[in-house]
Amino acid sequence: MIEWGLYNYWVVIFLMMTGLYVVISRGNLIKKIIGLNIFQVSVIMFYVSMGKVRGGTAPIDAPGFEIYSNPLPHVLMLTAIVVGVATTALALAIVVRIGEEYGTIEEDKIREIEAEEHPN
Amino acid sequence: MTAATAVGLAVAWPLIAVVWITVFSKRPNLRETGILLTGGSLFAIVAGVILPEVQAGGRPRMDLLEVLPGLELAFEVEPLGMLFGLVASGLWIVTTFYSIGYMRGHHEENQTRFYICFALAISGALGVAFAANVFTLFVFYEFITLTTYPLVTHAGTEKARKAGRMYLGILMGTSIAFLLLALVWTWLATGTTDFRPGGILAGKVEGTQLMILLALYAFGTGKAALMPFHRWLPAAMVAPTPVSALLHAVAVVKAGVFTVLKVVVYVFGIDLLAFTDASRWLTWVAAFTIIAASCVALGKDNLKARLAYSTISQLSYIVLGAAFATTAGVMGGGMHIVMHAFGKITLFFCAGAIMVGAHKTEVSEMDGLGRRMPLTFGAFLLGSLSVIGLPPMGGSWSKWFLMLGAAEAEQWVMMLVLMASSLLSIGYLMPVVVRGFFRPAPVEDGHGDHGSSGFHEAPLLCVLPPVATALGGIVLFFCAGDIWQLLTGMVP
Amino acid sequence: MIDALWNLIGDDLPALQIAMPLLTATVCVIVRRPMLAWAVAMFNAWGAVVNASILLYRVWTRGTISYVEGGWPVPWGIELRIDLLNALVLLVVTSICAVVLVAVPRSIANEIPREKHYLFYATYLLCMTGLAGMTITGDAFNIFVFLEISSLSSYALISQGRTSRALTSAIQYLIMGTLGGTFILLGIGMLYMMTGTLNLVDMADQLALLGVNRTVLVAMACLGVGIGIKLAVFPLHTWLPNAYTYAPAVVTAFLAATATKVAYYVLVRFAFSVFRINLTLDGTHGGALLMTLGIAGMFAGSLVAIFQDNIKRMLAYSSVAQIGYMVVGLSLANEHGLTGGLVHVFNHAVTKCGLFLVLACVVLRMNSTRLSAFAGLGRRMPFTFAAFVLGGLSLIGVPLTVGFVSKWYLVLGALDAGLWPVAVLILLSSVLALIYIWRVVEVGYFTAPPEDADEVAEAPLSMLVSTWILIGGTLVFGVWTSLSAGVASAAARMLIGGVS
Repeated sequence: MIEWGLYNYWVVIFLMMTGLYVVISRGNLIKKIIGLNIFQVSVIMFYVSMGKVRGGTAPIDAPGFEIYSNPLPHVLMLTAIVVGVATTALALAIVVRIGEEYGTIEEDKIREIEAEEHPN
Repeated sequence: MTAATAVGLAVAWPLIAVVWITVFSKRPNLRETGILLTGGSLFAIVAGVILPEVQAGGRPRMDLLEVLPGLELAFEVEPLGMLFGLVASGLWIVTTFYSIGYMRGHHEENQTRFYICFALAISGALGVAFAANVFTLFVFYEFITLTTYPLVTHAGTEKARKAGRMYLGILMGTSIAFLLLALVWTWLATGTTDFRPGGILAGKVEGTQLMILLALYAFGTGKAALMPFHRWLPAAMVAPTPVSALLHAVAVVKAGVFTVLKVVVYVFGIDLLAFTDASRWLTWVAAFTIIAASCVALGKDNLKARLAYSTISQLSYIVLGAAFATTAGVMGGGMHIVMHAFGKITLFFCAGAIMVGAHKTEVSEMDGLGRRMPLTFGAFLLGSLSVIGLPPMGGSWSKWFLMLGAAEAEQWVMMLVLMASSLLSIGYLMPVVVRGFFRPAPVEDGHGDHGSSGFHEAPLLCVLPPVATALGGIVLFFCAGDIWQLLTGMVP
Repeated sequence: MIDALWNLIGDDLPALQIAMPLLTATVCVIVRRPMLAWAVAMFNAWGAVVNASILLYRVWTRGTISYVEGGWPVPWGIELRIDLLNALVLLVVTSICAVVLVAVPRSIANEIPREKHYLFYATYLLCMTGLAGMTITGDAFNIFVFLEISSLSSYALISQGRTSRALTSAIQYLIMGTLGGTFILLGIGMLYMMTGTLNLVDMADQLALLGVNRTVLVAMACLGVGIGIKLAVFPLHTWLPNAYTYAPAVVTAFLAATATKVAYYVLVRFAFSVFRINLTLDGTHGGALLMTLGIAGMFAGSLVAIFQDNIKRMLAYSSVAQIGYMVVGLSLANEHGLTGGLVHVFNHAVTKCGLFLVLACVVLRMNSTRLSAFAGLGRRMPFTFAAFVLGGLSLIGVPLTVGFVSKWYLVLGALDAGLWPVAVLILLSSVLALIYIWRVVEVGYFTAPPEDADEVAEAPLSMLVSTWILIGGTLVFGVWTSLSAGVASAAARMLIGGVS
């Protein structure tokens, strides 16, 4: 039975599988990085959605705000987003250099060139 | 100096030679004198300080350090180890004389490396002889393998390399796969790996597990050349003859059978084995090796190869003696370590002398050579008699005691095996002597300056050692009683 | 004065372990001159070694250290928690970092343009920050953060290799490593969801109350896969050979001895301290799975290593095999087996780092790590090659070397668990190590160098010193085992006993 109340987890799974699929199936390095990003985003969604409390608000210490959603996952995900950004930046830098060295950023072409020039 | 410190000192003593050799590597005479002095003093320590203590019933012990909880490096000398120590240290001196003659006569290269590895191997042999527990023995056992590798591959040729690979592969492979497993199992079962009179396994390991453990020890000791792990020995004959002589007739292979004997007596205990009949399968393996190796030896024309297979056969005598698990059996095995050492080293020395003096390696080419090299072939005759087991050579006594051991164990088939093997050894050893003395020399001899008459022995330093060891074999015939006396301390 | 200094910083030593490398990395960036940056890095690295030794001593004598960052009490704040397990791993990481750093200047002078050296030192220190942080933190999410710090810096370091293959190896590692890190994050998220805490000790207590729960099982699986990728467990090891082969030589030496070891530590920590072995290894089939993968890794790594022509790649595959040993040790889940795995962390770090430093020397002089470059090296670079032989003997497991100590405990653990086939398999793969090591030894001593070969000098002193500190260590710690095996077995006892 499909639990529609848990739709957030379905979103997470969908994103995760999409991301993984892109990473594995696409030969273009930029697309792989995009897939990686999607994969990371799915986990961010997971954390953020798990923190939501029905009827909860941001934790404001004032009268009228009784129920808070859990702010901790948000905090953790700020860190994770930064990690994701740094990873993407580094990856893109390396891809730029690969493009300069190999003249292509398609994985299969890179493999061909490597097999010719640097077999071991 | 107490006997206990002498034990540790003796194992480390050859290192003095190593330092000396390195320092004087460019001055051969000085270098070799140093080795001889070291060897002489080592024998003095072993025979003069340690032997009297052991003969009196003492067991000098030196604890070095504890590597892991329950695993110590320690030395303790008991009669069997004493015997092996005497053999190794004594024959080092003789072989050094021989090596000097051989290496110079053959104009060998890399002599410094040769002498250094030799000394280290002797140190390893003494470490094995004096080990107080299986772990220490294992450490020095591996040490011997590693330090003799450069000796086996001395020539540096492709053939030497391949031989080295087989040597290292079989010896290290069996020791890691089987012997180490046996060591760990022993420690797990008993909490110790000490050698103790009467063994340590009684009550701890039973039934088929006992047989499997024995198999791990026996096959894990690749140096004992039990079939099917024997191929390294003929392969190692590519080494210079002094290497073959000491290491493969004395130190390396003797370390192997010594290990088997010591494990049988001091880890298993002959009572346990006799009671559970756990070593009967080993008698069959040893018997097979004895006969099969002798048969192969019959077919080998290369003298060193023939002697190598003879060694494989003789080593299994000792394993057989151990497998009998009777007093006479193990004592006979212990005695055979000494007797075979002297006999075989004589034969190898002669083989080398024939190579240096007459440049011949195949038995079929040795017709009439005996008349030109009477001393060499005379020594060969005496050595053969010892290996065959005929009086007045020492080998006859060890063979006698092994037969006694077979009788004690009521293994009548094995008595037949021993007798058959003597016949076979006559078959592969006597033809050399017969050809040498009684056949006419081939006419088309290419070496013009030899002429048709007159002696042309190998260099003096290549002839005196085999004569010395051959005569030593006769001396041992008369000393057998003393050796027996010493070995009774093994099994109280 | 020492007392005053002690009073000042004595209690904050754990935090300094993380803060110092982080700050000195920044200083390295500011200080542009290579040798000055190196000096700063050396000061920090050796200071970290002293720090780690003091921490280990403290833990050994007084028990677990708990340091709360910022004064926020546990379990809401982040805690640095040092017990015997991570004190040992911390010592290994910092020591390797420091020893390799001695060899770095001469080695990277050959591989990286001079104007980038200061950046190299900065990245190196950042990697060290990440590794040290991962080791001593007691907070699950903190593990993830430091993991990513160390991973990102290692991707950057690997991409600095001389050939363009370094770049593709780095991106391949980046992709796989990020997948791994994200799986770990997912696992941590699920655990947080179920237990409401991120502190490892608190999490363990909560999980014990919770019992077996599907979410927890999925979390275990995610963590397993994620850590497995970073640990290079077979078959998740495919990034390792390329990354180790094409990275700069000293980077390989550094990473081979630290990155996978810290990942192993994290696995042990989660398996024994958080999930407690009952949950992970008995109830599920995790133990059997890990053991199978470990054994597969042992053999796959060793067998492939035998056929490699590039010796760096050969050692990389050898590392896969050694990681297999450690995983088998973990999966045995008894005291001896776990001791074997933990002591192998120490022993393998020392041995493999030494061997890769030998290769760094060879690369420096011969500009190649092919088997043919080793021809006649026994005579041309005797000290370097002797180090290789000794390191090789340790890999094979000759007694009196550290390799023997690991094998001893692993075989003992296997026999203890009644799994003698595993013991036999462990020993058989050691025999395989004999084959691939001896190939190189033979070429070094038997093959003559090609006739037109130039004169080759011995490796520079700084690199030889580094190499021999480690290779000497394989002999010293093979005999004096109280540091490695003593601490490891105490740690194993503590973990199996369930006390943390």
